[in-house]
Amino acid sequence: MEIKVLKDILSANDRIAHENQKLLDSKGVLAINVMASPGAGKTSVILQTIAGLKDIIRIGVIEGDVSSSIDTERIAKENVPVLQINTGGECHLDANMVKRALRDMPLDDIDILFIENIGNLICTAEFKIGTHKNLVIASVPEGDDKPLKYPLMFTVADIILVNKIDLLPYSKFDIKAYERSVKGLNENVEVIPVSCATGKGIQRWLKWVTDSKDNIDTEGSAK
Amino acid sequence: MHELAITQGLIDLVLEHAGKSGAKKVLRVNVVAGELSGFVDECMQFYYEQLSKGTIAEDARLSFKRVPTQGRCRDCRNEFIVKDMDWICPECKGNNIQLVKGTELFVESIEVD
Repeated sequence: MEIKVLKDILSANDRIAHENQKLLDSKGVLAINVMASPGAGKTSVILQTIAGLKDIIRIGVIEGDVSSSIDTERIAKENVPVLQINTGGECHLDANMVKRALRDMPLDDIDILFIENIGNLICTAEFKIGTHKNLVIASVPEGDDKPLKYPLMFTVADIILVNKIDLLPYSKFDIKAYERSVKGLNENVEVIPVSCATGKGIQRWLKWVTDSKDNIDTEGSAK
Repeated sequence: MHELAITQGLIDLVLEHAGKSGAKKVLRVNVVAGELSGFVDECMQFYYEQLSKGTIAEDARLSFKRVPTQGRCRDCRNEFIVKDMDWICPECKGNNIQLVKGTELFVESIEVD
């Protein structure tokens, strides 16, 4: 006997992700899933954001890593709530790991929660975790062909930061070609070139963050 | 590594639906997987054998229907299969390509006794 199922294999994960998001909504927290290859600058972007906004917005951070707490220690120096998830080998965060972490976060004291995913452009895009926005960080040394090699990641992104633009003079990275291929995959995505080293472009990024926070309060729309 | 998590999700789904139908044994699991869904068949098969042990889904055959990556040109509306991640429209040679198929990952049906 054949039984029709027609159900997404990750539907159980998606259901928990949805619960996570409802919890965040009820606390008025905007959550941003930070995804990138290893070394693109996820922690540096979070640190720049804390430096730029901590006087006006209360930020919290969940740090996902396969092991070690190096990134968490960097964030903890900024005196913001931070929690480490060690996946112990898993190459992505899933909704259940985030659910457990959210229980230990002081959500009443947080306006924006950054969840730093594992450095990986493949499966982190497949597992929803309950965030409202997906931030993808690319970087100049990776080359401009990544959107075509890892298209799924770029279709789920709401915003892409192209980091390390201070290295453009030493690289063949073509930022116009990059933007074209990304916009092909994802018409509505915003692309902001930045450098965490020089601070260039960071103000534009911070404006995107504060605008997103303002919009989410009224719409509660989410992904 | 993420095949482990995906396979656990797969087995949970299979057991849920087999249980509802009162099946004694699952013979076959038909999975539809887009080319971009990012897992390796053999790897999933390996985890399946391990994780399904002792359940009614043990020994079921996993069958994969692969869906090729398909793009649509935003300029000339042509739809085409994207081969080797070559995101160029074969009609107008434009590179303004929208992804329309290739990310699916779901259980289409199960065959049971």
